Amino acid sequence: MIGRRSLFLQLRCFTLLCVALTTSAALAQNGGELRFCLRSEPKTFDPLLVDDDSSLSIRYLTGGVLVRVNRHTQELEPELAESWKISNDGKVITFKLRRGISFSDGSPFSSEDVAFTMHRLMDPTLHSSTGDAFRSGSGAVTTKIIGPDQISIIFPAPIAGMERLFDQVAIMSAHSAKKEAAVLGPFVVAEYKAGSSVLLRRNPNYWKKDSQGRRLPHLDSIRLDIQSNRDVEMLRFKRGELDLINVIDSDYFDRLAAGSPGLAHDAGPSLDSDFMWFNQVANAPIPEYKRAWFRSTNFRRAISQAINRDDLSRVVFGGHAQPAVGPVSAANKFWFNSQLKAEPHRPDAAMQRLQAVGFHLQSGALFDKGGNPVEFSIVTNAGSKPRERMAVMIQEDLGKLGIKVNVVTLDFPSLIERISQKFNYEAAVLGFRNVDLDPNGQMNIWLSSAEDHAWNPQQKSPETAWEAEIDRLMRMQASAADLKKRKESFDRVQEIVAEQAPFIYLVNPNALSAVSKSVEGADPGILSPQTFWNAERLTLNPATRASR
Amino acid sequence: MTFARKLACIVVVAVCAMSLAANWLAPAGYAKQFREAPSAPPSRHHLLGTDEIGRDRFARVLYGTRISLLLAPAAALVSTALAAVVGGLAGYLGGIWLRMARGFADLFLSLPWLFLLITVRALMPLNVSPLVSVLITFLILGLLGWAASARVLSTSADALRNSDFVLQARASGLHGARLFVVHVLPNLKPVLYAQFWISIPVFILSEANLGILGLGVAEPLPSWGSLLRELEGLLSFREEPWRLVPLVLLIVVMTSFQMLLSNEEVPA
Repeated sequence: MIGRRSLFLQLRCFTLLCVALTTSAALAQNGGELRFCLRSEPKTFDPLLVDDDSSLSIRYLTGGVLVRVNRHTQELEPELAESWKISNDGKVITFKLRRGISFSDGSPFSSEDVAFTMHRLMDPTLHSSTGDAFRSGSGAVTTKIIGPDQISIIFPAPIAGMERLFDQVAIMSAHSAKKEAAVLGPFVVAEYKAGSSVLLRRNPNYWKKDSQGRRLPHLDSIRLDIQSNRDVEMLRFKRGELDLINVIDSDYFDRLAAGSPGLAHDAGPSLDSDFMWFNQVANAPIPEYKRAWFRSTNFRRAISQAINRDDLSRVVFGGHAQPAVGPVSAANKFWFNSQLKAEPHRPDAAMQRLQAVGFHLQSGALFDKGGNPVEFSIVTNAGSKPRERMAVMIQEDLGKLGIKVNVVTLDFPSLIERISQKFNYEAAVLGFRNVDLDPNGQMNIWLSSAEDHAWNPQQKSPETAWEAEIDRLMRMQASAADLKKRKESFDRVQEIVAEQAPFIYLVNPNALSAVSKSVEGADPGILSPQTFWNAERLTLNPATRASR
Repeated sequence: MTFARKLACIVVVAVCAMSLAANWLAPAGYAKQFREAPSAPPSRHHLLGTDEIGRDRFARVLYGTRISLLLAPAAALVSTALAAVVGGLAGYLGGIWLRMARGFADLFLSLPWLFLLITVRALMPLNVSPLVSVLITFLILGLLGWAASARVLSTSADALRNSDFVLQARASGLHGARLFVVHVLPNLKPVLYAQFWISIPVFILSEANLGILGLGVAEPLPSWGSLLRELEGLLSFREEPWRLVPLVLLIVVMTSFQMLLSNEEVPA
C-alpha cells in the first residue's frame, strides 16, 4: 500500500515536473505583449518612405537590414549580410548575404530582393529621404547580382561611410504579393487602428536565435498606442498600462525618479543639441545695423560667452544635460573633437569683446558704435518648455550686458515660415535631433548652399571665407575613403564652428527614458530607438507585471 | 445685496488690491531668477515657492493677476464699444443695415477663433517689449470679440426702434443722431453693461488659452495664462498643491464675477 502510494506520489511529482518544465519553456517562448506609445500617427508603413519618428520606430521593429549599428557600442554589425567589402575607389560595396532566410510570408530572401530594394529606393519618383543619403554625383546607382547570396551596389561617386547608411534600408521582397507587409525583421504589422494603435506580432520566420538556440524574438507582440499627450503617457506608465517610454522630458524624469527610482533611466548626453543662431541672410527684412551685429564674429562670440550653459543644464534640464561644445555631442565617441571645450560663462570677457568692436554701455543699456541700442528678439517654438525656459534665461544673462532681448514663441508652422522662407526674424533657439553618427548626415546643415544652413541658407557661393573652408572640408570628408582623413577634416569643421559661432551651441540633453521593471533585458542607450533597440531580445516578467 | 454677492465683491476688491500692491508685497519682482533654487517648495522667502527657472511664484501670481484683471476689462471695453457702434447703430437703422450687421457678426462668430488669434499673433512684429505684447494681445482680443455682443445689441436696438416711445419721439420731429443719443442709447445701457461684464471673464479665459499655447503675454511678464501653463505635466495634485494657486484664483475670481454679473443682469 505504502509502495503504491509512494509510486503514485512519484508519478504525481514527475507529472508536475513535466508540466512545470513545459510551462517554463512555453513562458520563455511565449513572451507576452510589450506596450508603449507612439507620439504621433505613423505616416507610412512603406520602409523606404519613412520620414517621421513613428514610422521610424515601426521600421526598426519590422524591417530587416543588411547591417545594423549597434545602439550600445555604436559599431556596425552584420545582419542579413554576413560580410561586406568596399572597393578602393569607394564607389562599390559588395555584400555577402546569409542563406536560408525567409520573409515573414515565407518567400525566400536573396540578392534579388536587395537589388529590388535599391532600385526602388533610388527611384527619383519615390522621393525617399532614405534614398537621398545615397545620392552622390550625377548618374544612377546600379546593382550587380553576383549570385543568390552576393550582390554589388555601384555608386556614381564615392560615398564616405556608405556602409552605415544601410542601417536605414529595410530590405523588401521582390516577389512577395504582400509588398511591404512581407518583412525580414523580428515583428510584422498585424493590425493598425488609425488614431488608436498599431499591433506588431512576432515574425514566425525571423532568422535570429539567442545564445541558447531559442528563436527570437521572445515577445509575442508589441502594442504601440498612438498617444500624443505626454501627461497621459506618463500616467499610463505609472499605472502599469505601458512598459516603457522611449524619450521623456527632464521634468517627468525627476518626478518619476523621485517616486520610482528604478524605472527612470538616464543614459547620459544624447546626440541631440539645442542651439541659438542669428539671422545673417543678406536680404532679410531686418535693419542693416542689426545685420552688421549678427555678421560680426565678435558679437556672436560675446553672446556665446555671456550665456551660462551650466545654469541652462542644471536649471532647465535638472542636471540631465551637458553644456554643448559644438556640432557633435561628446556622446558621439568617434567623431567628437575632444580638443574642444564648451564656451565657459565669462560675462566680463564678453563685455570686453563687445567694447573692442565699438559697443558701449550707457545708463545700463548697450549701444553699438552708431548709437543704436542693442535689442533683438529670439524666436522659438511654442510648446517646447525647455527651449522657452532657455530663451528666458538667455534673456536674463544678456540683460546683464545691457542687451534687451524679447522672447517670442510662435506656433511651429509660423516659425518655420519665418526662419526658412521669409527670413523675418533676428535670432532663434531651436534644436537638432541627430540620429546619425556620421557627419555626412549633417551635410544639409554645413554646406553653404544647403537649405538647412540656417543662419544664411542657399548661398550661391560662400559669402565668407570660413564658410568656404567648411564647404571644402565637408566635401573632402564626404568623399575620402580614409577614415582618419575624414576625421581630421571634420575635426577642423568643429574648430571653425567654435571660432565663428554661427550656431551658439547651448546644451546636449541627456537621453532619458522610463522602463518598467517587468521588462527584462532592456539597456537604454543614447541612440534612437533608445529603449527598444534590442526589442527582439526583450522579455517580460509576468510576475513583476502582475505586481504593478 | 445678498451675502454671496457681498462676498464676491470683497473677493474681487481684495484680489485687485493685492495685485496692485504687488511691488510692496513681492519686492523681488516677477522676473528675477533665483537659479540656485528652481522649483523650490514654499518657504519664508518664497511664499508659493519658485517656478522651474527659480522665479518667485507669489510675485508672478500677483503681477499676473494685475495684468489679467486690468487688461481684460480694457479689452471688454473695446469690444463692447465696437459692439455698441456696429450692433446699436444697425439695430437703430434697421432694414438692410441690420441684415448686413447681423450677417457680418454671424460670419465673425463662425470663424475659428483660436486659429485666427494664432495667425494674428504670428503676424505681429517680433521685436516688441513684453509690455507692448501684452497690450497687443488684449487689444486683439478686444477687436475680435465684439460680434456676439453686437448681435445682442442689434436685437435690443431693433426692439427699441419699433417701441412706442421712439415712434412718439419721431412723431414729435426728433430724428437721426439726436434720437439715437437721447432715446435709444440710454435704453441700451443695461445691455451694454451686461455685455461688458460678460466679456471680462471671456477675455481672461481667452488670454489663458493663448497662454497655454505659448502665444499670450511675452516672457518674462506673467499672466494667468502663462501661470496656468505651469500646470502642464502636474501628475498629482498632492505632490505640489501650491502650484494650483493660479487655477484656484482664476476659478474664485471668475465665480465672483459671475455672482456680481447676475446682479447686473436684473435691469437688463
